[in-house]
Amino acid sequence: MSDMISTLNTFIADEILKQPGRTFAANEALISSGLIDSFSLMDLALFVEDTFGVQIDDTELNADTFDTLEALSEIIQSRS
Amino acid sequence: MTTFTDILQKFYLESPNRACIYLQRSGQDDLSISYSQLIEGANAYAQIYAKKGIKSGEVVVLILQHSPDLLYAFWGAVLHGAIPSIMPFLTEKLSPERYREDLSALISVTKPVSIITYPEFEGNIKDAFDEGDSVREVILSDEIPSASRVDFCLLSGLQHSPDDIVLLQHSSGTTGLQKGVALSHRAVLKQLNAYSESISLDREKDVIISWLPLYHDMGLIASFLLPILKGIPLVLISPFDWVRAPYKLMHSVSQYKGTLTWMPNFAYIFCARKIRERHLEDVDLSSWRAIINCSEPVRWESHQDFFEKFKEYGLKLESLQTSYAMAENTFAVTQSNLLHPPAIDNVDAESLSTGGITRPASAESLSVKMMSSGRAIPNTRIRILNLDGEEVQEREVGEIALKSDCMLTEYYNRPQTTEKAFEGEWYLTGDFGYLVGEELFVSGRKKEMIIVGGKNIYPQDLERLVYEVDGIHAGRAVAFGLYDERTGTEEVIIVAEANVDTEEARYKLADEVRKHVTINSAVALRQVKIVPEKWILKTSSGKAARGANKEKYLREA
Repeated sequence: MSDMISTLNTFIADEILKQPGRTFAANEALISSGLIDSFSLMDLALFVEDTFGVQIDDTELNADTFDTLEALSEIIQSRS
Repeated sequence: MTTFTDILQKFYLESPNRACIYLQRSGQDDLSISYSQLIEGANAYAQIYAKKGIKSGEVVVLILQHSPDLLYAFWGAVLHGAIPSIMPFLTEKLSPERYREDLSALISVTKPVSIITYPEFEGNIKDAFDEGDSVREVILSDEIPSASRVDFCLLSGLQHSPDDIVLLQHSSGTTGLQKGVALSHRAVLKQLNAYSESISLDREKDVIISWLPLYHDMGLIASFLLPILKGIPLVLISPFDWVRAPYKLMHSVSQYKGTLTWMPNFAYIFCARKIRERHLEDVDLSSWRAIINCSEPVRWESHQDFFEKFKEYGLKLESLQTSYAMAENTFAVTQSNLLHPPAIDNVDAESLSTGGITRPASAESLSVKMMSSGRAIPNTRIRILNLDGEEVQEREVGEIALKSDCMLTEYYNRPQTTEKAFEGEWYLTGDFGYLVGEELFVSGRKKEMIIVGGKNIYPQDLERLVYEVDGIHAGRAVAFGLYDERTGTEEVIIVAEANVDTEEARYKLADEVRKHVTINSAVALRQVKIVPEKWILKTSSGKAARGANKEKYLREA
């Protein structure tokens, strides 16, 4: 698992789902599956912004661009 | 006394070009709608209601998103004399099957004759209809004729009397068994008059900015009917846009020189923590004279966070205000004085939780900063009652009861529920609070309800969903709310017993519970905790005791 994916995983497990230590598969659906709701999605976007220094537009906060750790890390890499 | 239609007629004849609504839509220009445009657009809907044989006094359910159609369909029903009820649209969070079941349950009680929706949504609702139910017509937004000049004499809404029911509001609960609060023209107009006085509403200067959904009382009454019927321009932001981009609220206030906004407590924190400085360049919030905190417990800390964040953009501390409101009183029960920040009562935390008389905080005790919800609005009286129904003294905590001339007519088609809610002429709110002078401090609630982001949720509805998950038995789960300072609202915790051994299996089951509850209630859960059998404490009658289990959860956390 890449460092980036692992950092995102930790944030989601600890801060959003309150299940420290939990791991997700890189291709596991996080939004369309109902694990992360729209309010938490915002937290995740802000975390990404602060941690990796890339901006995510509010129009991108949906399952199409954001659903898996893999998709999210690709967005981050393409912008950093 | 007049009716809604009389008021619209007056606007139509006397100030047709007056600005009524600025509808903001993501990625599009704002749509400016004048009174004549609103009323003519509504007239098109009134025509179709008439053509489809809908009669005055029959209920129509609107399932439409933030769009001109929602506005026109609602006011069209008013012009026609039908009773509109706005229902939430299906979101990606909720399962379509559950949505249909809820709609079906709602139809069985409310007995609407028509549902108004989009052509592409028709498939989603058709399955909700049962043989022999009340629905005669599904009206689609593409069959509406174009807007046309209005001849008020032809509108059956003009025959309504002030005591006729003008609308239904469903805001409490998560399932189709929600109670529909039926309000008359008289009740709504009395509320709007009294409330306008409390907030010194000014037709020449005020501009209302709102991102609230119209199926909620705060959205529908304070942020939709109040401006439109009182001639105040309204800027409407889509709730979905606001959640993804809360800074849009600040932009709208700045652009339109907004003066008044209502929102629940969590939104103060959400704005304060999620809006980035880069989105606030050139924003000017100095026109905002009141942002009224309402629909869930008000917190002084949330106001502080909001103020600290936005003061450099011109926000004034006294703009942060409070109200205690409920759909049963149409909307506001109390309102703080807009000239000063709401009163703060620093009390001994223990005296608050044990009931009885609240004591001022002392150096030795843990204190809570209670924020006043203000005084009763001019047409409403408040009493605080003890368990025997007797009025208590100042500072003593009891149930809030109220009496006014703007109460609901009934819970629609639920005579027994209506009867139970009243003690003589007094409506029992189920909320606890105390008075200091005339200032009301709301301290808790009698009913086991969770309020998440201003939305009322009954724990038993969520528990029922938990029992549908394989591996969890009926009676083996509890749901409760826990106030979270980081979000400024209550968050839902579910504790469920299951016979699983490994951590992985617990995660898996917790996920299933989370997913199942979320897609069937649209309520996001903060935590699902799977615990061993016999963890949950029961009352002597075998029911899960939510309060005791919440305490146990907190001890273990």
